[in-house]
Amino acid sequence: MPEERLIRGHVGIGPKVTGEALVADDYFSARYDLDRIQGVFSRPSHKLHGKSYVGKVLVLLGAKGGVATAWMLRNMVEMRRAPLALLLNTANPIMAQGAAFADLPFMDRFEADITKMVSSGDQITVDPGGGLVLITKKR
Amino acid sequence: MRLNDIEQAMLGGKLGEPRKWAIEQQMRVGRFFDAQDFVPISQVHLMADAESLGPIGVEFLEDLAKAPAEHRRVRVPTITDPRGIDFDAYRRLGQTESMAGLEQRAIDAFRAMGFLMTDTCINYQTVSPPVLGEHIAFGDTGSTIYANSVQGARSNFEGGPSALAAALTGRTPRYGYHLDEKRKATRVFLLRDRPKDLSDWGALGGVIGRKLQSYWEVPAILGVEAPPTSDELKHFGAALASYGTVALFHMVGVTPEAPELPAVIDDEAPASEMIAGDDLRAFYASYGGGGDKLDVVVFAAPQLSLYELQQLADLLDGRQVHPETSVLVTTSPEIKSAADRMGLTQRIERAGAIVLKGVCFYQMHAREIGEAMGWKRLMSNSAKLVNIIGGYGYVPSLGTMAACIDAAVAGRVPEKVA
Repeated sequence: MPEERLIRGHVGIGPKVTGEALVADDYFSARYDLDRIQGVFSRPSHKLHGKSYVGKVLVLLGAKGGVATAWMLRNMVEMRRAPLALLLNTANPIMAQGAAFADLPFMDRFEADITKMVSSGDQITVDPGGGLVLITKKR
Repeated sequence: MRLNDIEQAMLGGKLGEPRKWAIEQQMRVGRFFDAQDFVPISQVHLMADAESLGPIGVEFLEDLAKAPAEHRRVRVPTITDPRGIDFDAYRRLGQTESMAGLEQRAIDAFRAMGFLMTDTCINYQTVSPPVLGEHIAFGDTGSTIYANSVQGARSNFEGGPSALAAALTGRTPRYGYHLDEKRKATRVFLLRDRPKDLSDWGALGGVIGRKLQSYWEVPAILGVEAPPTSDELKHFGAALASYGTVALFHMVGVTPEAPELPAVIDDEAPASEMIAGDDLRAFYASYGGGGDKLDVVVFAAPQLSLYELQQLADLLDGRQVHPETSVLVTTSPEIKSAADRMGLTQRIERAGAIVLKGVCFYQMHAREIGEAMGWKRLMSNSAKLVNIIGGYGYVPSLGTMAACIDAAVAGRVPEKVA
């Protein structure tokens, strides 16, 4: 049996999804950190620099940077250049506003540091309505 | 969330589809942050450059703008952050007709909704400065932190969709910095060496911002003996918000909610963390110098005040920018008009710089401009700009305004920047 773990967070935004995790102990801003055309992290100092985030459940510490992400997430979703879901230890209003506008699955305020509970490559089911995350560890 | 009669009417669609969309968007965000109800607001400042909007966002605005006038018009004065195109200058910056076309479509939609196109991020200096206790919905991190901290107004970061929603409903969910209890300081910093230049104040904001972990942290700064100027606080706040995603600070003895530290501390004050000149020098050094050929110097983020434009003109008088280096200066349309009238624009442009109105560099499709113009090495006196621009493919350095001008004239990044 694969190892599974259920984590509780605050009730979030968007539909339930399942996908592969991409994790770092770093922060997130669509404008500061991403090449949204190529779908990769472009900020040289970001711990996911060069990595594709498209279709991944992106798991990071929190939000940094400005307000542009609130518009950008919807464009990224419609252009199929978005993460599948976004999980942060602590949201700021911009991420919540952007997720609400884009209907992108989004959660925060977990019972423990989410970036330490998930590894890149793990399968995650994100259930924002229930405030639950199910992690299936990769073998 | 508790809704009153008008909010129920909006939710039920009785006041039109735009307001129905708007209050639904706000309720999704309000529930996420456990807001109990809405708070009426007096003004909205909206960030919606075409690069952030993208074609999808512009189509969304156009759909709203097609609604009947009584359904689409904003309910409170609503102004705009810098846009991505200066229609008098975009061709010589390598911006395309497609970018200009998208920009024009967004502007047309905003006008149809009753927006005042101020195109500025220094609205707190130049349009209608908020007052103590005023509930507002501001949509630029720099304008929000200044309004909250220096003017004592009350706003969360209202990203484009939510600021637009606030304009359509005339209210915003009551959470975060609309609440007394969230405005208390959570960290205390003691300033040992007072910053000198505007870029030093930006560096101070960057140093503190890098130490903060979330939007919900509120720093209190001790040790500022005499009030900084509005421009110094502008650079400090913009950098603090940019590096730390922070929306409120208290500067004890300076900002209105913090005459003394106990006024912004609930119980016991957290231990204070010392910030000294060495921290600022290390911050400058983190962006390096290098002696490389310098492609572009940018004065922006935030847009320049009239005083900053005068300082720039003084530094450029009798000098000429290196032929292989470009210098861009951004300000609001109103300040540009004043600078034209007072001869400042002519003095700055005579030296080879370009003064742009109603835009800010990082909101102008900066990646595409860099590729079109062959720009990579960038220098600025804005700590906020050097934080943002690395992700757009530039290699930035931070310097004082005078150092930036010296570098622009020499055409090279200085070996040492601080």
